Amino acid sequence: MSALLEVRDLVKTFGVGDAATRVLRGLSLTLEAGEMAALLGPSGSGKSTLLTILGTLMKPSSGGYTMLGQDLIAAQDSELTAFRNLHIGFVFQFHNLLPDFTALENVIFPTAVREGRETPSARARGRDLLVRMGLEERINFPSVKLSGGQKQRVAVARALMNGPELVLADEPTGNLDRVSAMQVMDLIAQINREEGTTFLISTHDEKIADLCRRRIVVGDGLVTG
Amino acid sequence: MLYALKIATRYLTASKAQTALLVLGVAVGVFIFIFMSALIGGLAEFILARTVGDLSHITIEAEAVDPAILISPEGHVLAVVEKARVRTASLADAETFVPLIAGVAGVNAVSPQITGAGFMTRGAQVSQVGVTGVEPGLESAILDLDGYMVQGTARLGAGLVVLGQKLADDLALRLGQTVRLQSSGGVASVLTLSGIYATGNGRMDESSVFVSLSTARTLFALPQGVTRIEIKLRDLNAADTTALRIRALTGLDAVPWTDGAAQLMEALDAQAQTGYFLKTFALITIVIGVASALLLSTYRRRPEIGIMRAMGAGRGFVIFVFVTQGALIGLMGGLSGAALGYSALLPFPTRDAFRAGTLPLDITQGSYGLAIALTVIGAIAASILPARAAARVDPVTAIGQ
Ligand SMILES: Nc1ncnc2c1ncn2[C@@H]1O[C@H](COP(=O)(O)OP(=O)(O)OP(=O)(O)O)[C@@H](O)[C@H]1O
Ligand SMILES: [Mg+2]
Repeated sequence: MSALLEVRDLVKTFGVGDAATRVLRGLSLTLEAGEMAALLGPSGSGKSTLLTILGTLMKPSSGGYTMLGQDLIAAQDSELTAFRNLHIGFVFQFHNLLPDFTALENVIFPTAVREGRETPSARARGRDLLVRMGLEERINFPSVKLSGGQKQRVAVARALMNGPELVLADEPTGNLDRVSAMQVMDLIAQINREEGTTFLISTHDEKIADLCRRRIVVGDGLVTG
Repeated sequence: MLYALKIATRYLTASKAQTALLVLGVAVGVFIFIFMSALIGGLAEFILARTVGDLSHITIEAEAVDPAILISPEGHVLAVVEKARVRTASLADAETFVPLIAGVAGVNAVSPQITGAGFMTRGAQVSQVGVTGVEPGLESAILDLDGYMVQGTARLGAGLVVLGQKLADDLALRLGQTVRLQSSGGVASVLTLSGIYATGNGRMDESSVFVSLSTARTLFALPQGVTRIEIKLRDLNAADTTALRIRALTGLDAVPWTDGAAQLMEALDAQAQTGYFLKTFALITIVIGVASALLLSTYRRRPEIGIMRAMGAGRGFVIFVFVTQGALIGLMGGLSGAALGYSALLPFPTRDAFRAGTLPLDITQGSYGLAIALTVIGAIAASILPARAAARVDPVTAIGQ
């Protein structure tokens, strides 16, 4: 396996002066292509902070970040937007879907926003992904009417829409009951096996972490295990 | 961008009641704009028709020749010729100019006239009158004499006279009876009363008489030329420029009606200013309404904007989504406001039928296109601030992990 991404000596400080909080204190991490890793650590340890930095939604205070051979620290906002669109998928815990759009419209958003319109081929791929997530009955359902578990499966489908190398999931099952959580995790594991997509999943749930082949534990702003 | 348009329309249709209210608000603003345009335009039209409608729009008058003065080489005035009691000045070659002036663009009618003063006597009654000699057929070219007739006809001819109701009463004169008219130059002729008018203008009904141009020639001993040329235009607002053109063409001193109407023009101008003021306020209201509604929507949709940004939507895309919403609201509000304004103005009389006591709303002066265009531009301008706020939304805090 080759390195998909590498972060070196990440420091992230929020606020200034006495109010400053050092969340990341020189964290280094390498993710190989095709990995499925759980991100563990106590609340407030900086898991979400790390995921948003890896997702190029936020820049670290200092440190290096390269993914697919590109220096993502030096990149401009517009370059990062395009990079995210093509190479990184997200699954968040809350506020995942656009409420005024159907399941399918949500799934194909990443392709439509790049191509400037919803193409038939994008629709076909979106439908395939939703079928794969077991949502063939809900393809044209308004997203607000979906259950929590269905919403997260739509979010996973959307994260995969542009065939990204990396999917970052921040407590994707945090809101779900055990059955729904396992359903979502099984789908993620299946995609990881079949497509080789790299997943980094933050969670507090040991059972979820057990489904991942690697465990990354953060504490005190560093990787501790 | 088609996709941004789709998202913008979806946002607008997602909260139908809110969008409908917003569009209605914009439409009311547009309605006020159109109503004000029609009212100010109609009022100006009405006032002008009332005050200038019966006047000559451009007048060419024979220049009274200045009395000669004989001055010695030392500068003393040696002799002064008294100003003649009878005006002898005339536009001698008027005949050649009349067709030329009639050919000028915007000219509706050209009426060569001979005017002068005289006395009308019937039995012991004597009245001082102003005589206007008009070419038969052109009686109603300037003043709508036909429209004011109460008895007989306005049609002039040899030996005929048309005069006002008041004068007829003063002289106890009835249609078909004869009356003696003596000019200030002493020439007299006996004329038959063929028509009586009532304009409502006291002075005019009391002391103006109309005869044919040939009768006037005899009375004022003017075998050729005229003393005055009155010109009626299709658009009385074009008087200044048309007068200049006639001056250039003929070398005659063509005077537009506006020359003596500075106060009227000032009043109309002030009225138009008031109109602009109110219309500007209507537009400002629209802009503020649209801006605040969109700003609220931006705030409400922060998490979604964050999601879109995370999924690879650029700042430009987000700006486009919100500006498009503004443009759509402006367009819908503009169109419905214009339709509303037009249908509200339909029941009012047209500009030719304005009457005192009713609002002179001119449906043709609603500036519908301008209202719609300004509203769309205003709504787009109003959406820029919310759109920029939306584009600045930080995905991390908006998604609220
Ligand atoms: N924008 C911010 N400004 C200031 N402090 C912040 C900000 N974002 C995060 N923090 C702080 O950084 C620390 C790490 O937060 P983070 O959300 O990364 O933790 P986490 O490991 O994801 O926790 P949890 O398991 O509860 O989700 C916390 O102490 C938090 O208060
Ligand atoms: Mg977190």
